[in-house]
Amino acid sequence: MIQTIASVGLPIDETLMIKKNRLIPQSGLNGNEKRISIVTGTHGDELEGQYVCFELQRRIKENYSALKGIVDVYPALNPLGIDSITRGIPAFDLDMNRIFPGSENGSMPEYIASKIIGDLIGSDVVIDIHASNIFLKEIPQVRINELSRDVLVPYAKLINVDYIWIHSSATVLESTLAYSLNSIGTPTLVVEMGVGMRITKNYGDQLVDGIFALMKELGIWSGETAAPKTPIISEDGEVSFINAGSSGVFLPSVEHWKNVKKGDCIGKILNPLTGEVNETIFAQNDGIVFTLREYPIVSEGSLIARILA
Amino acid sequence: MEEKLLFELDSVYRDNMRIKGFSFGKGEKSVCIVGATRGNEVQQVYICSQLIKIFRQLEKQGKIKENKSIMVVPTANSYSMNIAKRFWSTDNTDINRMFPGYNLGETTQRIAAGVFENVNDYEYGIQFTSFYMQGSFIPHVRMMKTGFENVELAKDFGLPYVFRREARPYDTTTLNYNWQLWETKAFSVYTNATDSIDVASAREAINAVLNFLNKNEIIEYSCHQGYVSQFIEGHTLVNVKSNVSGIFIRYKDVNTRVTKGDTLAEIIDPHTGLPVDTIKSPVNGIVFFHADQPVIYSQAPLYRIIPTDDLY
Ligand SMILES: [Zn+2]
Repeated sequence: MIQTIASVGLPIDETLMIKKNRLIPQSGLNGNEKRISIVTGTHGDELEGQYVCFELQRRIKENYSALKGIVDVYPALNPLGIDSITRGIPAFDLDMNRIFPGSENGSMPEYIASKIIGDLIGSDVVIDIHASNIFLKEIPQVRINELSRDVLVPYAKLINVDYIWIHSSATVLESTLAYSLNSIGTPTLVVEMGVGMRITKNYGDQLVDGIFALMKELGIWSGETAAPKTPIISEDGEVSFINAGSSGVFLPSVEHWKNVKKGDCIGKILNPLTGEVNETIFAQNDGIVFTLREYPIVSEGSLIARILA
Repeated sequence: MEEKLLFELDSVYRDNMRIKGFSFGKGEKSVCIVGATRGNEVQQVYICSQLIKIFRQLEKQGKIKENKSIMVVPTANSYSMNIAKRFWSTDNTDINRMFPGYNLGETTQRIAAGVFENVNDYEYGIQFTSFYMQGSFIPHVRMMKTGFENVELAKDFGLPYVFRREARPYDTTTLNYNWQLWETKAFSVYTNATDSIDVASAREAINAVLNFLNKNEIIEYSCHQGYVSQFIEGHTLVNVKSNVSGIFIRYKDVNTRVTKGDTLAEIIDPHTGLPVDTIKSPVNGIVFFHADQPVIYSQAPLYRIIPTDDLY
């Protein structure tokens, strides 16, 4: 059942609509069902979640009688952004993940944010799927604010990701969708995977397997599910960042999600004008490369890789 | 005048980006003035350039007080201005959401760090900045409730209003907020232009800064003393929104007195030309802010009004 949860009139003969699809058991609802909400598309250039929304529903519909709870799918929290290849909210140039919980009386972005929160409240679990950005490729992972680790880690372990990163809290992150929902008691997992503007099908399949495993645990799904893989769990202290020291064209010499040893070459920053190598980047410690630069052009400071010790 | 290179960013494809500070006077770091952190803040650059011109003359005339120094940083983001973009040229991040910065972090964190380490030890900090929505304000000094803010001191600018609002999570990474954390008395000055030059409003801002510096004994300068500033809290303003979308025809300017029931604007159907909504003032008051986009979304905030008791 497709529902519009927020709508705003645009100037010329168009209505912006935030839509969700609600799947319920064939036998109807008795009022005691658990509910899982899958949201994505806050950042208009992150598309990995689009395939997950499709594939999750395709598999449910293949075996509809196994559905015992409510599945709400919100593929596009920022539909104008997705349609116009804009990360933020077009016309406002605003990061939508910095305006939650929003306000009913605010401007368009704030109004929509408050409607989204209002609709998601009460879900037993929310999964907010992100896809990094166009610059960095990420292994499927869940990011958890340390303030909500006790509630979220058990769920995160079920959804078949490779990695759980428990990060310290920062005031600026208090305006994210996940923070807002977690702070009012609606458990919300943030998934980061893949890269912006692309779809990595095997990551999508992997996460969908995990969502089914979680739904089974919650009693939303009674069909067969694959056992979720055991993720690596780490905190900030075990993550090291490598940033570019000069500008140019980055060419990696390691593969994503592979081990490196201290002193291994991560890649080079090339100068196409002079034909010189501006910088050769080495691993500072042993570990596994879970974030790797995808977009070749870099300037001083651009993130090249994150390594988990 | 001393010109100082505060930060330089190398580039393979462009000329390097240089952030410069212009300082006047000697001794105690008294006041730092920062202009554009976004690429469309041309009014802010213009105001800084005019201040630099004036400080240069004052310095020559010996009118910068003994043991006081002033630094002006006209822009921290010439890269974006040069390609007509508001936010950072490559990743669209906002430098004014990157403070205090991190010199080993991402590019815009490094830029913020490069600026901040040069500006964080002044007694007073003044930033010319802009609002995220397109629109005009009555010139005012804007401050966040941080526990460090000083309303009485803000009145020394002599602008018509001192405006204070609650700080929100995303404010904690602005220059103004971090200045305050580092015990600089920080003020943001808003005028009614951003991506165009409004000379009259720039003059008002310049006069306000000179007034402030004169009253706080940093320069010797006699000028119009400005207004007795009125203090207003953000939550006391009355917001006026449109329920419908369309073409926005505005009838009232900032600083206009309005009476309850006055027509502030009409929203016109873009196809038929018929009015689809008439926006009336819900209160007596003074227009503090109005939007100025030609077309608007439904739910769009159009006016903010300072309520008054006018009975005539
Ligand atoms: Zn995202």
